Amino acid sequence: MMTDTTQASPPQGFSNVRRTRFWQRGFLASQSAYVLAALIVLIVFMSFASPNFLTAGNVGNIVRNFSFIAIATLGITLVIITGGIDLSVGSTIALTATVTSLTMAGLSQAAFHPFPGFALIVSIAAGLAVAALIGFGNGVAIAKLKLSPFVTTLGTLSIVRGLTYVATYGRGTSPTGPDKDLFLAITSGHVAGIPIGFIYLILIAVIMWIVLNHTAWGRHVYAIGGNEAAGRLTGVPVDRVKIQVYVLCALGAGINGIIISGWLGSAPANLATGYELTIIAAAVIGGANLAGGIGGAAGAIIGCVLIEVIRNGLVLARVDPYWQQTLVGCIIVAAVLVDRFRSLRNG
Amino acid sequence: MALLELHDVTKDFGAIRALSDVSFSVGPGEIVGLMGDNGAGKSTLVKIMSGIYQPTAGTLRFGGEATQIQSPASARKLGIETVYQDLALADNLTASANIFLGRELKFNIGPFRFLRHRAMNARAVELFAELKSETRADDYVRQMSGGQRQAVAIARTRLSDAKLILMDEPTAAISVRQVAEVLNLIHRLKDAGISVILISHRMPDVFAVCERVIVMRRGRKVADKRIADTSPEEVTALITGALETA
Repeated sequence: MMTDTTQASPPQGFSNVRRTRFWQRGFLASQSAYVLAALIVLIVFMSFASPNFLTAGNVGNIVRNFSFIAIATLGITLVIITGGIDLSVGSTIALTATVTSLTMAGLSQAAFHPFPGFALIVSIAAGLAVAALIGFGNGVAIAKLKLSPFVTTLGTLSIVRGLTYVATYGRGTSPTGPDKDLFLAITSGHVAGIPIGFIYLILIAVIMWIVLNHTAWGRHVYAIGGNEAAGRLTGVPVDRVKIQVYVLCALGAGINGIIISGWLGSAPANLATGYELTIIAAAVIGGANLAGGIGGAAGAIIGCVLIEVIRNGLVLARVDPYWQQTLVGCIIVAAVLVDRFRSLRNG
Repeated sequence: MALLELHDVTKDFGAIRALSDVSFSVGPGEIVGLMGDNGAGKSTLVKIMSGIYQPTAGTLRFGGEATQIQSPASARKLGIETVYQDLALADNLTASANIFLGRELKFNIGPFRFLRHRAMNARAVELFAELKSETRADDYVRQMSGGQRQAVAIARTRLSDAKLILMDEPTAAISVRQVAEVLNLIHRLKDAGISVILISHRMPDVFAVCERVIVMRRGRKVADKRIADTSPEEVTALITGALETA
């Protein structure tokens, strides 16, 4: 064996395979990059078209508005990477917000307030626990019982929305009690002029990026989306990872629910109705592939920003707001079309 | 002493008897061909050896000791690695990510564990060099040729200290040049003292690399002969049933 290597065996030459160029691999070759380019063009265009676009107030609005759905979009991106889908995020936003404010109201009614912040911690924990439970239910049904993600979460959408109405008799609830100001501060306040929701978003996105790219768990998420059977055969704990992904997605939605209810100052029972479609649209525009295996944290945020900039731009341009949905739909199709053309060209 | 011995292995799927009383052994460093027509029981046999199926009856001995192979993970622990027919690769990951899938190298920062990208890439480059394959560790599997995919699947089996490698139709879907490449890979495994069971439809491949051929028909073993003592004609007759046993 040793002599074999010293003989003139052909060195590692790649006679007919050219190395792919840097712009054909990694982030630059992803749909996220094209959409980011489109977003930058759009922002430049808007800043010339409307003098109000780049004012501090308007930028603040945009940032706050996309933060409302962006954390849920990060969560659903994880689910989409594994090749799944979660239609129940809108309902989860509503139920988490409702449970949080009901718990706060209940604690204040019971006048149980051992120390400042107690009601806040308990009610947020209760809200997120409910969200995690919803995600766990979805995950177990999909991973263990092998139900289709679409049908399972369509059912959950309805169940959870129904529970929200049941819990509130269809009326809204609002966070009250001694910790109300604290609650509003940590959900809709500003830190150094930056909306706090945006800070949460960036923190969570950075963690998600690190986890997806630099941990075995993140790699398993991609592997499940690429080839689930291969994952099973090579010892990836497929079921466990899938359940975790749905739990994280529901938690992301739950965090968004709490933030939205803080900004509104209440949790209407019909909160976030239909948001699941905007959230999925944002993820898909940002480059998450519904066939699984592709997506990332940066793309999710880019998708959310693009949708919000368009919405905002149409308002500033005094375009009939009913055009919004049509345009967002066109952008979804355009984004996947561009990606399709690119992959046709590069193989 | 034989590395792997199967004794009277039988497998039923409901009313269907996929394998009946199959016995054979594989020695260390031996390359054995496993042939048979569609439905002869080759894949069932492979899945029993790789821990996906449990035999209905019969015993397995590995390294002289009676053993049960409960799962792909326990097969791997024993030193049995499998190259699956569909290769079990994730297209959206790089070659090195696929090789290390499920057994990534990690380092700790506090309670968190992160991937050692460079170490895994370096090891993957080594493995491809060992296999003399023109495959880049950081290329995505999506962009690879059939032969390169095969090299990735085989490199994966070299990661641990495998004693026996099961290859299910490794040359079924690839070009002529790539077939030669894969057969070379098998020779390198033998040089490294590793036993190989090659499941194949392709007579020339089996006769090119194997020392012994086992022929299955309708769930039974109908022949177990040294390649030197048989001929493609005889094996064909055994596979089709023109010849009952040999």
